[in-house]
Amino acid sequence: MDWGALHTILGGVNKHSTSIGKIWLTVLFIFRIMILVVAAERVWGDEQDDFICNTLQPGCKKVCYDHFFPISHIRLWALQLIFVSTPALLVAMHVAYRRHEKKRQFRKGDQKCEYKDIEEIRKQRFHIEGSLWWTYTSSIFFRLVFEAVFMYAFYFMYDGFRMPRLMKCNAWPCPNTVDCFVSRPTEKTVFTIFMIAVSSICILLNVAELCYLLTKFFLRRSKKAGNPKHHPNHENKEETKQNEMNELISDSCQNTVIGFSS
Amino acid sequence: MNWAGLYTVLSGVNRHSTAIGRIWLSVIFIFRIMVLVVAAESVWGDEKSAFTCNTQQPGCNSVCYDHFFPISHIRLWALQLILVTTPALLVAMHVAYQQHQEKKLLVLTGHGDPKHMEEVKKHKMRISGSLWWTYVCSVVFRLLFEAVFMYIFYMLYPGYQMVRLGKCEGLPRPHTMGDRVHRVVRACARRGQHNSNPSSGKGSFYGHKLSSEYKQNEINQLLTEQDGSLKDMLRRNPGLQEKGDRCSAC
Repeated sequence: MDWGALHTILGGVNKHSTSIGKIWLTVLFIFRIMILVVAAERVWGDEQDDFICNTLQPGCKKVCYDHFFPISHIRLWALQLIFVSTPALLVAMHVAYRRHEKKRQFRKGDQKCEYKDIEEIRKQRFHIEGSLWWTYTSSIFFRLVFEAVFMYAFYFMYDGFRMPRLMKCNAWPCPNTVDCFVSRPTEKTVFTIFMIAVSSICILLNVAELCYLLTKFFLRRSKKAGNPKHHPNHENKEETKQNEMNELISDSCQNTVIGFSS
Repeated sequence: MNWAGLYTVLSGVNRHSTAIGRIWLSVIFIFRIMVLVVAAESVWGDEKSAFTCNTQQPGCNSVCYDHFFPISHIRLWALQLILVTTPALLVAMHVAYQQHQEKKLLVLTGHGDPKHMEEVKKHKMRISGSLWWTYVCSVVFRLLFEAVFMYIFYMLYPGYQMVRLGKCEGLPRPHTMGDRVHRVVRACARRGQHNSNPSSGKGSFYGHKLSSEYKQNEINQLLTEQDGSLKDMLRRNPGLQEKGDRCSAC
């Protein structure tokens, strides 16, 4: 189980996400997980071996390292990425449950079921409405909470986002205040700032997605509230369908597949 | 998620690129990413462990390495390659959106069968209309990122050269009285000086900017610690104050 496996699991969720959700997932995998794997892990690779203290006192270096780095940046980021990407699994589970119900209906031979075969049920994309809307919104909310908590934990543990070059340590068993030097502090600061910046972009994307979902919800509700007396007759449906078609044709007129008659 | 994952993501974009765009993508993957992974990473692999300073002073090696290499070449190239290849995803997203619109249209016109849906997925989009603008924007962003990173490289490593020998004179110094005073006097002289000689390690302007705050903190600390002893030493050895030593590592 590695980052590739997480990519496989979450790739399936992508189909049922909004456009903003798909962008968020791309940003997560390319600008966070990939940077972590390809670059950041090398920078922090020698963090303990090259943490040098100006003392020969046995144990002093280890104690000081533990004092200044209770949890390494790399591990915190790995935890953050895992926690932030797993709420999407709530959506995956809900979709799997819906599919299971549809398959059960299909097998029973239910006349309401509009699918021709089981493959169609498997490939179908569910719209984000009803109970799935609540699951999706909760998953975004949890993502936001986890991002915020980890950013706060980072700031709290490391007193800002900078990596100092020199740290003074007088924890036992160090005999006096000992100078300890961190390996590659500038590079670590640059990567920390980069990862924090991308986390902030992800938070903004999540907020945007939440606003989009709430707007869609309230618009749908106001439409339903605005049409209680109008009976949904055949003519209205045809009009809406024709409007939608006209819109699609005007949007994609340059790239429409040739050969299909209207 | 690694370079192979990025290749999978970007090879899908290839289909909707121009001929030159495809050549560019091949050059990126073969001559840059592959060279980075197969060759450059082994060259830079021992950059820190084999960086040797002619001193036994603990911490001096780390400090001097950080001064000369604020960000390693390998990491800069990795960042550059990732940022340069991702604008192509804008095109991929736009194409996916257009395909989605076409599928919706087919369903509404009654051609929603799997055969037509597959044809929508497989056919190549012409780069016209809004897709043309997206494609041009992605190319502009690629150019911008390439230029920015080449400039950053030039700023960090002037002349794109790797020096064989670097002279580093910063902290830490051995804890002897004489050296302590030297350190403080140099700290005072250091504030107003700029040394642009690359072999002495001061050519790294960006490294200087990034680390100047930390160094200032260290200088301030030293000044407060050494205040009393400095005055005594200076009284006894007035010549020390006149030494125009340049501190090139701070």
